[in-house]
Formats: sequence, structure tokens, C-alpha cells
Amino acid sequence: MLDDFFTRALVAGIGVAIVCGPLGCFVVWRRIAYFGDTLAHSALLGIALAYLMELEPVFIVFGVSTIVALSLIALRKRSGIGSDAMLGLLAHSSLALGLVVLSFLTWVRFDLSSLLFGDILSVTHGDILLIYTGGAVILGALIWIWRPLFAATVNRDLAEAEGARADRMELILMLLLTLTLAIAIKVVGVLLITALLIVPAAAARRFSHGPEQMAVLAALFGILSVVGGLTASLEWDTPSGPSIVVAALALFLIGLIRPGRRGTVTAGER
Amino acid sequence: MTLASAPAPSDSPPLIRAEGIGARGGGRWLIRNVDLTVGRGEIVTLIGPNGSGKSTTVKSVLGVLTPDEGSVIRAPGLRVGYVPQKLAIDWTLPLTVDRLMSLTGPVSAKDRAAALDRTGIPHLAKAEVAQLSGGEFQRALLARAIARKPDLLVLDEPVQGVDVAGEVALYALIDQIRHETGCGILLISHDLHVVMAATDRVLCLNTHICCQGSPQSVAEDPAYRALFGDRAAASIAVYTHHHDHTHLPDGRVRLADGSVADSCEHDHHHDSHDHSPHAHASDKEHHHAG
Repeated sequence: MLDDFFTRALVAGIGVAIVCGPLGCFVVWRRIAYFGDTLAHSALLGIALAYLMELEPVFIVFGVSTIVALSLIALRKRSGIGSDAMLGLLAHSSLALGLVVLSFLTWVRFDLSSLLFGDILSVTHGDILLIYTGGAVILGALIWIWRPLFAATVNRDLAEAEGARADRMELILMLLLTLTLAIAIKVVGVLLITALLIVPAAAARRFSHGPEQMAVLAALFGILSVVGGLTASLEWDTPSGPSIVVAALALFLIGLIRPGRRGTVTAGER
Repeated sequence: MTLASAPAPSDSPPLIRAEGIGARGGGRWLIRNVDLTVGRGEIVTLIGPNGSGKSTTVKSVLGVLTPDEGSVIRAPGLRVGYVPQKLAIDWTLPLTVDRLMSLTGPVSAKDRAAALDRTGIPHLAKAEVAQLSGGEFQRALLARAIARKPDLLVLDEPVQGVDVAGEVALYALIDQIRHETGCGILLISHDLHVVMAATDRVLCLNTHICCQGSPQSVAEDPAYRALFGDRAAASIAVYTHHHDHTHLPDGRVRLADGSVADSCEHDHHHDSHDHSPHAHASDKEHHHAG
């Protein structure tokens, strides 16, 4: 059954969507979408280095993104530099650096567009195995730390005072994010991977009354986006990765039609 | 002697003991040389002006911040219920009041309902936290903290946004919880007036501890008056005796009858002072007559 390239693409995409949904909720809740974007951009540098050293891209992407994530956390702690300017600097310079390195590798044949926008139609059995084993590890870890991580997301001080290790939880979340990037980059590519994290989660928000429900719905919306996007891409011969994101956007827009209220409650002076 | 409302002093070790803690921030000391102990069944209140380091002290004691100097000892396995001063729930977080109850640990449905009942918001269990009013949100946060059945309840300005009647009721509830569960309570308040009835010990903070003791003795303390002004001190006049003498700049005392004496022979700090005006007046006459 997995012999058909389209089936393989569906299976791989669904696997990525199941992982990205719950993880993407934390990206939305913690307002770190741009942070995720920066990590994804740094993944291209990882891929370039992997070609250069002739090593398995997954591990190098994970390594490079993790180093970027850790330095961002350290910089933010030290000063206020962890601002959008700092993120932008790191995101685009690592993307540019990756492209420059790739241009030197004249002996390597690669498809730039597939790096930026994903190449889900060429996934192999090995890719699927990687996505599902990696995904199981990521989801298992996320369920394991769910309560303290969510508490730390609501309020760091409160979580810390009542025994959750908020900083450690944040660190683990970052590692899970970089691991997700590493296994999912082939499906949606460097530029669109953040979309797969945040769009299904944002679409799920309006239908949710609790964090757990939102996580499950986000995974479900991700699966719908993958199935819808890939079917459309087959039907109209559109690029597969972007089509998945467009399908997710469509779901989000449908959610907007549903009446809902907005607002923030704050206790204490700000 | 402690206040009538205070439980009998216990011999058990304190829940938390901070000694000489100091914390730096932005190139200056936010707090320094602060000693703080909270025992079981005890209500300790921190008061002080804005920026005096009240929240920093509490965070250091709880381990949210690591103090730059001094030591903090927490009882092993100490279960804390914390209501922070600032807490914003963004719209992106789908969170009902009921789910908020078990934020940091599992809480049985019975305990969740009971806590909401006590804080007067049982009807809001299914409401989204982001839709609550300021006062409702404070009640939900307090309910969450007590639903955990903590050994130590830490409340940083717990009644902000609550109207005056609700404020009195919430402080009465806090006192009641202390008596029922025997938990220790560390309270931050900007308003000594309302918390007085329940508090055992008041620490007046302005980077360091200016004065401490029973609410009465702190209210009378020159350091407290210097910090808050005579008006603030006067606002709690209902708890204090009328001064029948005036301290002169040179240290002598002008008594009510206009005569001047070397001392009023009145200790502002001792806790065993009887504040009935009658007793005080006769006291005075005894010592200063003539």
C-alpha cells in the first residue's frame, strides 16, 4: 500500500500533522511563532552543513536548530536582545548563510525549491519511519510534561512557586520543537513549517474550551489540511507543501465565521 | 501576647525561614537583609510602598527567584498555594475556571467545587477565565490556591479589583481557612487597615524591614508613619488609642495638661499593651501626674 507515492505522502503528512497540532498550541499560547520561524530558517543552514559534511541532514538540522534555540534563550535571559530584531537577524542571516554555503557545493545536486517549500511527494519508507518514531517520542514527552508545561505557560512564577520547574519545561519544549523541525522539514520545507505549527492550532482555538481539547482539535485540523491539501495538489497540480498550508488557512477562515469573542483579562496593574 | 484571633503558638518548625536575604535587580538592591519566618497557622503580612520589594521578597522565599545573598529554608515537601500579583490570561488560552483549579496538580472534583463555593463563584465553574471581570478572576485565583490544600498560602495583593464588601469577606475567609486547615499564610497588602483584624505579625518593608510586630505596634511605629505618612496611620486610628501626649523635638514629652515631662514612659513596640483608652489614661496618670 505504501508503494504509491501519494499514499506515502498522505501517511507522512498525517504523521507530521499529529505532532505539529499539540506542539503548535504551545507556540500560539506562548507567542513564540516568530521564534519558531527563526529556528526553521536556521534549519536550512543545517541542511547545507549536512551536505558539506556528508552526514544525515536530520541530525545536523536538529543540532543547528538546537544551538540557535539555546543561544536565543540565553540571550533573552541576559538582556532584552531577544526582541524581534534579534530574532529577525538570526533567522535571515542563517537562511542567507545556508544559501551561500549551498552555492559552494557545486558537486551536490539539490532542489532549492524543495528545501524551502518541502517535497512531500518524494518521501521514502525511511522518512515515514523517522516521522513516526520521532513523532512518538515527541508526543510521548509532551504528554509526560503536559501539566507542568501548561502551568508554566499560563504563569511562570505561579508554576515555579508550586513546584513545577518552569525553565526546564521551556527548555524541553524548545528541544521538542527543534526535533519536530528536523523530522518535518522535508514535508513542508523551511519557509512553511511554522504555518503547520500555528495555523491548525489557531483554527482550533475557536472550537475549544480547554487546552487538551484544543491540542486534539489542532492535530485533527492538521490531518484535514494534509488530506485536503494533497488531494487538491493532485487534482490541480499545485505544489504540495503550500497546498497543505492553504487548506489549513481555509479551515481557519471557516472558524472565523463561527461567532466568538475576544478579550484578555488581567489581574493587577501592568 | 498575640491577638485574640491567633491560634496557640506551635512548637513545630517553621514552614519557611528566610535569613538575611538580598536580591539585586537593575543594578541595585531590590531587597536586603530581610528576615522572614512563617509558621503553621500563622498569618504574616508584608506591607510597604510601591517598589519596596514586597513581591521580590515573596518570590525569593518561594524559590521563584534565587536571592543573591542570605538563605531560605523551606519545610520538606512544603505544599504552596500561590496567588501572584500579576497574571494575564491571553485569549489564545482556552481555559475554564474549573480547569484552572487543577493547573499545577490534580484536584478532586469535590475540592474544586468546594473552593469555588467558598470564594463565592460556584456559578462560574464552566466560564472561560479570559471572560471574567477583575474581581471574579481574583476570586478564581484564590479558589485555585486553596483548592490545593496548601501548607502555605501566599497571597500577593489578593483582593485587587474586588469591591470593599467583598474585600472584607475575602479576608474573613482567609482567616477562616487558616483556622480550619492550620496552614500558614503570607500576605502582601498595601492596606494595613483591612488586614489588621486577622494578621498576627506585620512586616513593614522598604528594601529592608523597617519595623515589625503586631499590627498595632507597627501602626504606631515612627518608621511606619514616616513611610506611609500620618494620614495612613490615622486611617487605622480605630485600632489605636488616642495619644494624650506629644513628642517634642528634643525628646521630651508634652502631656495632655500642657506640662512637659522627660518621657511618656510608654513603649511603642511591646505587644502586651492594652489598648483600651481607659487603661491607657489611668496608666498615664499614674506615671506622669504632677
